Amino acid sequence: MRTLPVGRHALLLEVDTADRAEALHAELLRRRAAGTLPAVREIVPAARTVLLDGLADPAALAADVTGWRIPPLSPEAGEHIEIAVRYDGPDLAEIAELWREPVERVPEIVGAITFRVAFCGFAPGFGYLTGLPERYHLARRATPRTAVPVGSVGFAGEYAGVYPRSSPGGWQLVGSTDAVLWDADREPAALFAPGVRVRFVAVGP
Amino acid sequence: MIRAGALTTVQDLGRIGFAHLGVPRSGALDQPAHRLANRLVGNPPEAATLETTLTGTAVRVRRTTVAAVVGAPCPVRVAGRPVAWGAAIRVPAGAVLEIGPATAGLRTYVALAGGVAVEPVLGSRSTDLLSGLGPPPLADGDLLPLGEPTGPTPPGADVHRRSGPPTELVLPLVLGPRQDWFTAAARNSLGAAHYTVASASNRIGLRTDGPALTWARTDELPSEGMVLGAVQVPPDGRPVLFLADHPVTGGYPVIGVVPEDHLAAAAQATPGTPVRFTPTGH
Repeated sequence: MRTLPVGRHALLLEVDTADRAEALHAELLRRRAAGTLPAVREIVPAARTVLLDGLADPAALAADVTGWRIPPLSPEAGEHIEIAVRYDGPDLAEIAELWREPVERVPEIVGAITFRVAFCGFAPGFGYLTGLPERYHLARRATPRTAVPVGSVGFAGEYAGVYPRSSPGGWQLVGSTDAVLWDADREPAALFAPGVRVRFVAVGP
Repeated sequence: MIRAGALTTVQDLGRIGFAHLGVPRSGALDQPAHRLANRLVGNPPEAATLETTLTGTAVRVRRTTVAAVVGAPCPVRVAGRPVAWGAAIRVPAGAVLEIGPATAGLRTYVALAGGVAVEPVLGSRSTDLLSGLGPPPLADGDLLPLGEPTGPTPPGADVHRRSGPPTELVLPLVLGPRQDWFTAAARNSLGAAHYTVASASNRIGLRTDGPALTWARTDELPSEGMVLGAVQVPPDGRPVLFLADHPVTGGYPVIGVVPEDHLAAAAQATPGTPVRFTPTGH
């Protein structure tokens, strides 16, 4: 693990893989819940890092953290949710072709994967979902769409994701859902929080 | 809201603790000015104020209240008569409080006794321009609720932090976490380079024009968490200083971080203002 100071009150912890970043994030949450982590304002997991912001003494934590034993993530840990998906995305045929699979197989392939919310960003409630086997990784579209409809389910690189609101975007869109990803009046506001397990269940149009 | 102006938003101290869900901090860009405005009218620091941008704003109050206008200096009028900037002023029921264009700086804060009491979202009333949380930017004709004044207006004048924005923005830069992504030449010239505030600046970031900071690498940085004050350098090499509405994660390297107590000056720097970074270690 590398520790990188960020300004005077934050620390970036960097590891080699997405799995390790998620395990590190889970460990930080465990330690915070147990009261053994120094006071921190924000814990922000990302692709290969976890950012700790609002620390009184980042150097002290940096010295301490290198000695931690970080248990690997248990495959069953975390809340499980199911998202009902209609496979009606504008890129469905292209995705099937890139995967070298018949279009009819796509819902089956996606439905068999247990995704995990690795981190959030881009918009409130947008989760970067890991778990897509490498052979299904897809490049972003060469030209992003100016408006992707709310509820669109898509892929980009090693990630899957669902658009919590309409926005521009370059992900390959496989389908859509009526699930409300973000509602500031709901507790919790975000359906996808880091660590949540997600399965996409195919439904009719 | 009689005249909304170019951009007037509701702001408080921001949304803390939701960055992991993709929610920016948001909040008043010039926090010392926001706090002072609240103090002058007897509000706690977390009360919401109006943040105007460059052209000011005008509001009619339905009940007699106390207001204070702080931040970028500007002419202030109540019912057409000039009144003090930077002090508590009485605004009678039905009168229009007029905040004129900033004579220096960019952002003026208007505190009203009791605070602007729009419904909080995730614990904050701030308008977040990046993610669309909180009330949308104000428009002519909008009706805003005021909270109940919590205490008496403090007697006597408060002390102003400064007379106006500096003619040159000098920003200390604590190097890291990704200074190793830049060429030695870029790192060595950073302290001497002259930048100016670009007109594309907004609440998300202060953009700069000037010499490009060249990357030493060609690969992509996986997205990582971003802090307030981070100086991110996109492939065009022009540093962007992240302000309150910045995205919580980003994929461009951060060469250094400007400490929070210098961000109020950055929030008041108009386009064209010269900018210098003074790199420091930890």
